[in-house]
Amino acid sequence: MAERVVGSVMVVGGGIAGMQSALDLANSGYYVYLLEKSSAIGGLMSQLDKTFPTNDCAM
Amino acid sequence: MNSELLELKGEQGNFLATVKQNPRFIDLSKCTSCGECTKVCPVILSNEYDENLSENRAVYKKYAQAIPGAYAIQKSDKAPCRLSCPAGLNVQGYVQMVGQGKYKEALQIIMEDLPLPGVLGRICPHGCEDACRRCEVDHPVAIRNLKRLAADKFDPRQIEVKTLTKRDEKVAIIGSGPAGLSAAYHLARKGVLSTIFEALPKAGGMLRVGIPEHRLPRDVLDNEIEVITNLGVEIKTNTPLGPDLTIDDLFTQGYKSVYIAIGAHKGLDPDIPGEKVKGVRQGVDFLREVNLTGKAEVGKKVAIIGGGNVAIDVARCAVRLGAQKVNIIYRRTRAEMPAWEEEIHAAETEGAEITYLAAPQEVLTSDGKVTGLQCIRMELGEPDNSGRRSPVPIEGSEFIVDTDNVIMAIGQGVDKANLPTKLELSRKGTISVDAVTFKTNLPGIFAGGDATSGAATAIKAIAAGKEAAESILRYIDGIDMAEGRETVTNEAPVYRPVPEGETIKTRAVMSELAVEQRAGNFKEVELGYNEEDGKAEAKRCLNCGYCCECFQCVEACLANAVDHSQTAEEKQIEVGSVILCPGTDTYDPLPLDELYHYKTNPNVITSLEFERILSASGPTMGHLVRLSDNKEPKRIAWLQCIGSRDNNKCGNGYCSSVCCMYAVKEAMIAKEHSHTNLDCAVFYMDMRTFGKDYEKYYNKAKDKDGVRFIRTRVHTMEQVKESQNIIIRYADESGMMQEEEFDMVVLSVGLKIPQSTIDMAKRLNIDLDKYGFAQSKPFTPVETSRQGVYACGIFQGPKDIPSSVIEASAAACAAGGRLDAARGTRTKTVQIPDEIDITGKEPRTGVFVCNCGINIAGVVDVNEVAEYALTLPNVVFTGNNLFTCSQDSQDRMKEIIKEKNLNRVVVAACTPKTHEGIFMDTLQACGLNKYLFEMANIRNQDSWAHSNDPVRATEKAKNLVKMAVARAVTLNPLCEKKIPVNKRGLVIGGGISGMVAALGLADQGFETVIIEKEPKLGGMAIKLTATIEGEKIGPYLSDLIEKVSGHPKIQVLTQSLIVGFTGFKGNFTTEVIVGPGMYERKIDHGIVIIATGANEYTPSEFLYGQDERVMTQVELASQLENKSTADGIDSIVMIQCVGSRNEENPNCSRICCQSAIKNALHIKELNPDADIYILYRDIRMYGLLEDYYTEARRKGVLFFRYSLDEMPEVESTEEGLMVTFRDPILGRRLKVSADILALSAGMRPTDISELSSIVKLALNAEGYLLEAHVKLKPVDMATEGIFICGTAHSPKLLTESISQALAAASRATTFLSQDQLTLSAVTAYVEAEKCASCLICVRSCPYGVPKINAEGVSEIDVALCHGCGVCAAECPAKAIELNWYEDDQILSKVEALLEGVI
Repeated sequence: MAERVVGSVMVVGGGIAGMQSALDLANSGYYVYLLEKSSAIGGLMSQLDKTFPTNDCAM
Repeated sequence: MNSELLELKGEQGNFLATVKQNPRFIDLSKCTSCGECTKVCPVILSNEYDENLSENRAVYKKYAQAIPGAYAIQKSDKAPCRLSCPAGLNVQGYVQMVGQGKYKEALQIIMEDLPLPGVLGRICPHGCEDACRRCEVDHPVAIRNLKRLAADKFDPRQIEVKTLTKRDEKVAIIGSGPAGLSAAYHLARKGVLSTIFEALPKAGGMLRVGIPEHRLPRDVLDNEIEVITNLGVEIKTNTPLGPDLTIDDLFTQGYKSVYIAIGAHKGLDPDIPGEKVKGVRQGVDFLREVNLTGKAEVGKKVAIIGGGNVAIDVARCAVRLGAQKVNIIYRRTRAEMPAWEEEIHAAETEGAEITYLAAPQEVLTSDGKVTGLQCIRMELGEPDNSGRRSPVPIEGSEFIVDTDNVIMAIGQGVDKANLPTKLELSRKGTISVDAVTFKTNLPGIFAGGDATSGAATAIKAIAAGKEAAESILRYIDGIDMAEGRETVTNEAPVYRPVPEGETIKTRAVMSELAVEQRAGNFKEVELGYNEEDGKAEAKRCLNCGYCCECFQCVEACLANAVDHSQTAEEKQIEVGSVILCPGTDTYDPLPLDELYHYKTNPNVITSLEFERILSASGPTMGHLVRLSDNKEPKRIAWLQCIGSRDNNKCGNGYCSSVCCMYAVKEAMIAKEHSHTNLDCAVFYMDMRTFGKDYEKYYNKAKDKDGVRFIRTRVHTMEQVKESQNIIIRYADESGMMQEEEFDMVVLSVGLKIPQSTIDMAKRLNIDLDKYGFAQSKPFTPVETSRQGVYACGIFQGPKDIPSSVIEASAAACAAGGRLDAARGTRTKTVQIPDEIDITGKEPRTGVFVCNCGINIAGVVDVNEVAEYALTLPNVVFTGNNLFTCSQDSQDRMKEIIKEKNLNRVVVAACTPKTHEGIFMDTLQACGLNKYLFEMANIRNQDSWAHSNDPVRATEKAKNLVKMAVARAVTLNPLCEKKIPVNKRGLVIGGGISGMVAALGLADQGFETVIIEKEPKLGGMAIKLTATIEGEKIGPYLSDLIEKVSGHPKIQVLTQSLIVGFTGFKGNFTTEVIVGPGMYERKIDHGIVIIATGANEYTPSEFLYGQDERVMTQVELASQLENKSTADGIDSIVMIQCVGSRNEENPNCSRICCQSAIKNALHIKELNPDADIYILYRDIRMYGLLEDYYTEARRKGVLFFRYSLDEMPEVESTEEGLMVTFRDPILGRRLKVSADILALSAGMRPTDISELSSIVKLALNAEGYLLEAHVKLKPVDMATEGIFICGTAHSPKLLTESISQALAAASRATTFLSQDQLTLSAVTAYVEAEKCASCLICVRSCPYGVPKINAEGVSEIDVALCHGCGVCAAECPAKAIELNWYEDDQILSKVEALLEGVI
């Protein structure tokens, strides 16, 4: 563990997991760098139509 | 966005990350997402978001709702055609423009580099076409012909060539050939005008005197030379270098620099006897005469020596001038001939003959006239320097060609007669120049074109002229001429892959003048493309570089957001922790094509493709159709485990965990979409619906919706030719071969870690497992092999969305928890000025009408709307902006608000869904209460909806604005209440989940109280021995208890019972009775985490409790700790799904298959000879657990499937337990004697009915806690500030419980880390005097907020209200109002609309 701790976190990947991590951290007082290789966040889930078991729209 | 992590230095707490930011080519801060760019983009690509089932453009938005909403440009390396062009023409760009019929735009692109499009469009040797990647499919795109089409259709003289301000310096150019013209053109564009000195009577150099008119009509050349002279370049013809004009003279006359581009016009002699007589002449001289005068003397029988384009041009001219016989004599074969094949072919068509493998020896003469040409036959020997095989004479093979006119065309040299004597020449006799700058050895003198290269192509001369112009400018300005001009070759260019299945498209053929019409004239032979052919030809382009850099988007973007000059940047970023969640791809079934016919049959698609087809925003707009014929399918089959559970074909031994569920879902949704009685059949091995309530969903699909589930692995698939249906052959459970025909087959493809992720892990030094998933340990599920780096989501292992979300929060807890000391040090806060008091002030409304580029202004007359708005009551300002949401407009809006003293703001633009927040922030920044704002959606609900009726759309816009203005006046400032947060956490339940969650909070400095009803901590884990991975649970548990008990921030209350609970997020109070003394305590706390756990089901089946040899898996595991027990086991039977998946408990208990196989493997390890029979219904070894199932089968554990119709039977006899069950493969009942019968007893939640009524927790039918949203909020309860984890939520493995416990701590931290919570001002309130206590609000509120208070009327706690408005709408007494949506505010809009109507 470093002596001088930095209060920011890097999250690599802007899919559902990355977004959730980033939101939790940002809401907990950390500055978050969310890296996404494509032009928009959302990941694989954004391509889904509905999701089980509630059949909610994935979007 | 568009970024990737390259490198990570440093250690936990303080890393230095190197991030590559790839260019988006669109400025995120400027793009308004209006989409005008995409409308003009000519590059059609397949849409990856739609799994390539639809098309999009090179400038694109990933999907309609994409965040950020800004567009992006997909661009790769420059296309090979562009790179292979000596002059670097943007070939892809102009080809695309021609494809759109935008000839002017095409010429604009061409003329960036080349001033002579029509000329080169005819005579360029088109090296670009050799480089064209279309060759991989069929033939190259006819690039040159398309260039010509552009110049045919639009006069290049009409192109406005942008030039810089004219400068005083002058440059002299010697020679008006392509090099000279190009240099003059490019200099002129930079403001430097030149004078071209031309020796011949006409300008054009070899273009004029070397190329016959039938290939290049004179008017084309003349017109395009005008392009250059129109810029102010002067051409002095009949002005050769010589005694009257020396280079020195030019410098004396004030020219700053001289460019020598005199070409190579001197024909080379073959040095054979007799060549000096009349009737023997040089080809270049002959062509010069023909081209300048239109005629020349030719013999009856012309012999031409040579094999280049000059020889062919001479031959074709000679034919036209009346020669009866034309014979080209060439010493090698046709294959080696330097002339272009199309030219050779044309010469032959026109009647010229070619004698190959023959060399002239002597011109035979008589009376000073040619009588014949003696030649000798040649044969090809060893290859020479040029790589061509050198011709060798065949002795004694001399022969005579009958001719009266011999024309030599064996090459040209530079006429150096009048060049400065000090000018350095090469051994070939050409002018020596620097390869990059084209400077000669003499200062200020540059040279290029054929004069330096020897006879070469026009495009090379053009390129040389352009480069010389750059050097000359730098020379004049005294700048280093070479700097930054070295050519950098990209060894591995990345191009758009040639689309799979790209169809063969014939290259357009250009029509030609009929052969019989060519004799005696020089009419152009090639007649050019017509528009239709040209467009079709251009569409053959594969767009290798994606974006073609035509810059149409730059023109179209009124917000100036497009920036093609962006380049990739590397940034160094300091971070304390890193979370990796790069996700996965889906498995690509193409390698299994032979079996599944994926791609060869369009009706075989992947599950993700099917998702897109079902999606309303997808390629078929949600219409369920087959791709082969757009017809609705009647029968669809799903094939499971494609790319999963398959060690043989694809090496993915794991279960992807999600495919069974999505297949069930897709089948059900497909049935909903279908207009017929759609038959859906799922072919599977085990149905793995193991998640919370998933089994119920599966049962519904099977029993209610009629989805057929067929347990088999498909044997073969065969295509039906005509219908493109698919016949599936499979063996049913009894082993009988079956055959069924389907219209469509969906391959349920698994998840696969992409290579890019594996590469990244390597760069970051993160260990992966054999499949590429991040390695983690059972008790630290989100930690990777590198401290401070965490993994979650599918990168950690295959999993579904809720598990990913849980793990993501867990990773956030682990990553953030260790940075507690630096919390809040890097975050940014916005300074908000004090609010202006508007009490008692007259409303002063400002209306801002947005053009949205042309999205609104293209339909609605925005000026009219703005003017109209000014006539409305209380409106003191109106104006319109190009883009109201852009940063500069916001700044301007702030100025106006202050200047005009506005106290109400209306924006007539797009949707509040996306833009309301931006404008509200602007109000706040001016000190105005943000609720004094209203939006009129004149885009989505007006200009887009009524684009074909501008007049009425404008009227509607006015009405919408009128309504908005009316409401704005009624708005009042609203106050957002702030409530303090009690920073103490309360955890209910002291099992592993509760303890991990408590530690997660306490380690971050938050005081935490654990309430445990038992006398000691540990929960269910006390009974457990080891994880399937072999990690001992006992030591872990002791360690955990020790940490919790000794933690200064944790207080443990055992034997405690909750008896009271009040409050809301941030401020709860819990009353507890703490035993054994039974004293009461009140605990104030900000959040609650519930981890009340579950237990193993106590079976009533299979003689459990009646025969001690019958035990549960947990009991067996603990017995196996004693080695002697295991030694005594020779035969053991295990029965799965005891107390699960039945009527009483319809759910799957998720962990029991794992427990059985864990124990089976343990027994096999202790006693390899033991017979183990596992009687199961579906083996649900999901994710990476599948490997243990594979191992168990390999070790000889026997698996027999049973069904609910025929349950196993157990008898207790003296010899042992006798278990009878049916073997579905043999079709017989088997009887096995067992030493032990292990029952895989399911899970039952701890009975928390009392607690749930005190804390008001929702439970599902089976008694598990009901989360706020099964997918997206799996850790939160509907009541804010209450979180759940572990088996109280649903059955799960210990590892999964630990993840969820960390997740609960993370979610709780988002509250506890704040000093106060801001509540939305949009909440409901009750006017008590109107309330009739009818309870309708109490019943209708989806969050259970309204309560009847002590006064007997309904009361709504603002801290709990979600502002949905249901109660306000339902209240029959109109006693409830919703702030910001009060009745009069809404009615004011209606009244405004109906004003004057009723």
